[in-house]
Amino acid sequence: MKPQEYIRKRFFPHLWCAGCGHGTVLNALLRSVDELEISKEDIVMVSGIGCSARMAGYADFHTMHTLHGRALAFATGVKMSRPELQLLVPMGDGDALAIGGNHFLHAARRNIDMTAIILNNRIYGMTGGQFSPLSGAGISATTAPWTSIDPAFDAMKLAQAAGASFAARTTTFHVHELQKYFTRAIQHKGFSVVEVFSQCPTYFGRKNKAGEAPEMLQTFKDSTAKLGSKQLEENPQLIPRGIFVEQEKREYGEAYAQLCEQAREQRSPKRRYGKEAPRC
Amino acid sequence: MGSQKWQILIESGWCKSCGICVAFCPVKAIVLNVEGKAMAAKEGRCTGCTLCERLCPDLAIQIQSLEATA
Ligand SMILES: Cc1ncc(C[n+]2csc(CCOP(=O)(O)OP(=O)(O)O)c2C)c(N)n1
Ligand code: SF4
Ligand code: SF4
Ligand code: SF4
Repeated sequence: MKPQEYIRKRFFPHLWCAGCGHGTVLNALLRSVDELEISKEDIVMVSGIGCSARMAGYADFHTMHTLHGRALAFATGVKMSRPELQLLVPMGDGDALAIGGNHFLHAARRNIDMTAIILNNRIYGMTGGQFSPLSGAGISATTAPWTSIDPAFDAMKLAQAAGASFAARTTTFHVHELQKYFTRAIQHKGFSVVEVFSQCPTYFGRKNKAGEAPEMLQTFKDSTAKLGSKQLEENPQLIPRGIFVEQEKREYGEAYAQLCEQAREQRSPKRRYGKEAPRC
Repeated sequence: MGSQKWQILIESGWCKSCGICVAFCPVKAIVLNVEGKAMAAKEGRCTGCTLCERLCPDLAIQIQSLEATA
């Protein structure tokens, strides 16, 4: 099926600006869901607040549009009560790593099974172009008229250090890679992070003279290179794309289910359950 | 056009004239029309690579095989 079969057509044309990369991220994500043949009923998309968070209005899954920075906390609640569901959590760079930074670290530390998507446009789009922890030094923003002096987080290093068992980065120019990484991330059991460089022509583009959407995509192409490539080795200033970590590790929900099982056995040793013990 | 293999379907009402499909179609099959909307200009050249429909942030493009529907 085409991605158009997985959207709420009544809300189209969507509200994102012309050329906004967030629509391309949605496009690839829907292709990945289709490729994996997951039923719409088995997916819960939980978002916070921001332009990126609007994705939850457009995707025709179970969806929750919650609080700025808190999407992962709500998603944790859903996953703990219904572990069989697939959780997709699209977040802006501010949503994920400024106000939501703490939730991000702890969801990664627990290695809870969900797919966290960071739509990194290096700016707060929804509120008019303030800089974010992923903007980096030298970037112009409404809150940095003389350019920002704050260095940026490396979302991939942060995710790995905090305990995420899958972390990948690509851009909205690399659309095949994007779909592939979403597919790998969704299949992965544990906390998966996919960081996508996504263009905000309206604020980041204008403030930083980065051009319109096609020029910004060209920049994603020219300024990045695949992990392990000769190109990256020869030019280490390029930003690496690729899968940074993919490892098997104890998943939080499974650990919790085991603990519940143990507790039940200890409390009532004579009571027998069938193969399927009830959930805590 | 007997040799045409692909049809480029564009939902004009969803297109926001960003120019991404025009810029990146490898065979320059799409142009912006006088209203600024994407339009299939050289459908016969289309190789069905799907790049435009994947890149379009507005989900406004669908590439359809004419062979499958024939
Ligand atoms: C608790 C709270 N603080 C601040 C805001 C205002 N606010 C809304 S969206 C946003 C940031 C949006 O930037 P980002 O998360 O990077 O997403 P984008 O819009 O760029 O996709 C802020 C600060 C809010 N809605 N709630
Ligand atoms: S302000 Fe930026 S991030 Fe928000 S919809 Fe417009 S282009 Fe996209
Ligand atoms: S990429 Fe989509 S929105 Fe942009 S010009 Fe082409 S059809 Fe229109
Ligand atoms: S499918 Fe490929 S060749 Fe055909 S119009 Fe789209 S980008 Fe061009």
